[in-house]
Amino acid sequence: MSILVIAEHDNAQLKGATLNTIAAAQKIGGDVHVLVAGAGVQAAAEQAAKAAGVAKVLAADGPSLAEGLAENVAAQVLALAKDYTHILFAATASGKNIAPRVAAKLDVAQVSDIIAVDAPDTFQRPIYAGNAIATVQSADAVKVITVRTTAFDPAAAEGGQAAVESVQAVSDSGLSSFVGREVAKSDRPELAGAAVVVSGGRGMGSAENFKLLEPLADKLGAALGASRAAVDAGYAPNDWQVGQTGKIVAPQLYVAIGISGAIQHLAGMKDSKVIVAINKDPEAPIFGVADYGLVGDLFQAVPELTGAL
Amino acid sequence: MKVLVPVKRVVDYNVKVRVKSDQSGVDVANVKMSMNPFDEIAVEEATRLKEASVATEVVAVSCGAAQCQETLRTAMAIGADRAVLVQTDTELQPLAVAKLLKALVDKEQPQLVILGKQAIDDDANQTGQMLAALLDWPQATFASKVEVSGDTAKVTREVDGGLETLSLKLPAIVTTDLRLNEPRYVTLPNIMKAKKKPLDTTTPDELGVDVTPRLKTLKVSEPPARSAGIVVPDVATLVDKLKNEAKVI
Repeated sequence: MSILVIAEHDNAQLKGATLNTIAAAQKIGGDVHVLVAGAGVQAAAEQAAKAAGVAKVLAADGPSLAEGLAENVAAQVLALAKDYTHILFAATASGKNIAPRVAAKLDVAQVSDIIAVDAPDTFQRPIYAGNAIATVQSADAVKVITVRTTAFDPAAAEGGQAAVESVQAVSDSGLSSFVGREVAKSDRPELAGAAVVVSGGRGMGSAENFKLLEPLADKLGAALGASRAAVDAGYAPNDWQVGQTGKIVAPQLYVAIGISGAIQHLAGMKDSKVIVAINKDPEAPIFGVADYGLVGDLFQAVPELTGAL
Repeated sequence: MKVLVPVKRVVDYNVKVRVKSDQSGVDVANVKMSMNPFDEIAVEEATRLKEASVATEVVAVSCGAAQCQETLRTAMAIGADRAVLVQTDTELQPLAVAKLLKALVDKEQPQLVILGKQAIDDDANQTGQMLAALLDWPQATFASKVEVSGDTAKVTREVDGGLETLSLKLPAIVTTDLRLNEPRYVTLPNIMKAKKKPLDTTTPDELGVDVTPRLKTLKVSEPPARSAGIVVPDVATLVDKLKNEAKVI
């Protein structure tokens, strides 16, 4: 078996999700190669080469790949696909965007969002917002897979010594072009990989009140998150959304503040190691999954907690 | 410009599904079924494009059992002009649906196909991207804003870390994210009007598409349960527990 992992990166740096995806590839077994497709990706490719368990890194470097356009990156993967039995993407915005394009072109099914590898052709994946786990088997010659990164402990970032091989970058499809990006600059850890997450819900009441969470997050070195209700109400930006249709997180500590705990939200955080809930409604479903619940007014409890840390 | 909007009939998002005791699947007998919420956003967006005189016709499509007609009637009550049902009782996986939709696109020649980013039953998040690949069309997934002018669509997408904007050459595929729009409430007069709108039925055979499932579901099980912990009386106790019991701070 030979497995191609599509690296997640921002051209300059490899992203952590790549290491989780490599770990999933190792569970399948066989040679693990990593494709770093982008523009100016030499440093990112070298980082990938150092990851434990990687046999070879393929670096496709060209302007058509600079912005991660699905049409071009999928074409790049397809140019290499014939050598592999499995093609793995992280189930991130980028991986979810590109993987099905590759699968359809290969005329194979895709297995989305796997959380466990039972056999090289058999995988577990959540369905119905995580309310059920399906075990599925693929009979296709090539398995195209997206990996839920929180379900696999990352491969070690150091220790490997894979060779980096250059591959010809594909030409631009001419179908789509990149216009711009608004990326929120933040000194906080990235939500999907953070060890501590502080999330606010509709109970925060306003975007202004949401700022109350910042000193707490600073003290804990936490990423900030939000429930869908809070994002829909405009209290928090969309990329903070934790839940089945937003980000899936599994930190060491998840602090849910003013979050009732809709199924949709629980699906995105219930694999956290320790869950703390602060909510004034003792009947809120969030208390059903919390290790430590505090029933009370968050506007008193949060500053008090921040002060006590 | 014609817009095609595929819609899926799924278990209503308020229903908490139960896994069958023989682990063959989830129990969908006698539960409320609705249009997939992301598809509702897609129908709303197409309808708004028509109201803004950007689109000339909105065609809703559904693939599945005869009951999908209800879902198509809902799409027409929101604003679709007509509907096509690809009727089959075979389990349809995303690749098969993408192939059926490609056959319909070849027939209908829309300039834009707007789909939900994922269905809330199988959570696959594949069909739109697969359709784009089969058609060799550009795609913009997870859209939060769509502007069509001339032969291009400018689409803002929700990505990790923020938003990104792409320009697509039409014809193109767009998949919807939650914040693209808020679908309107369907009114009784519009439900009545929708009953009179045309609904055609075809089959995978007529479209020449093999829909045999590629993935075999071996079993469906309950997720590992997480039990409730304790309620602490005050912040001091909470901090103590986190430090000394859970040892996470």
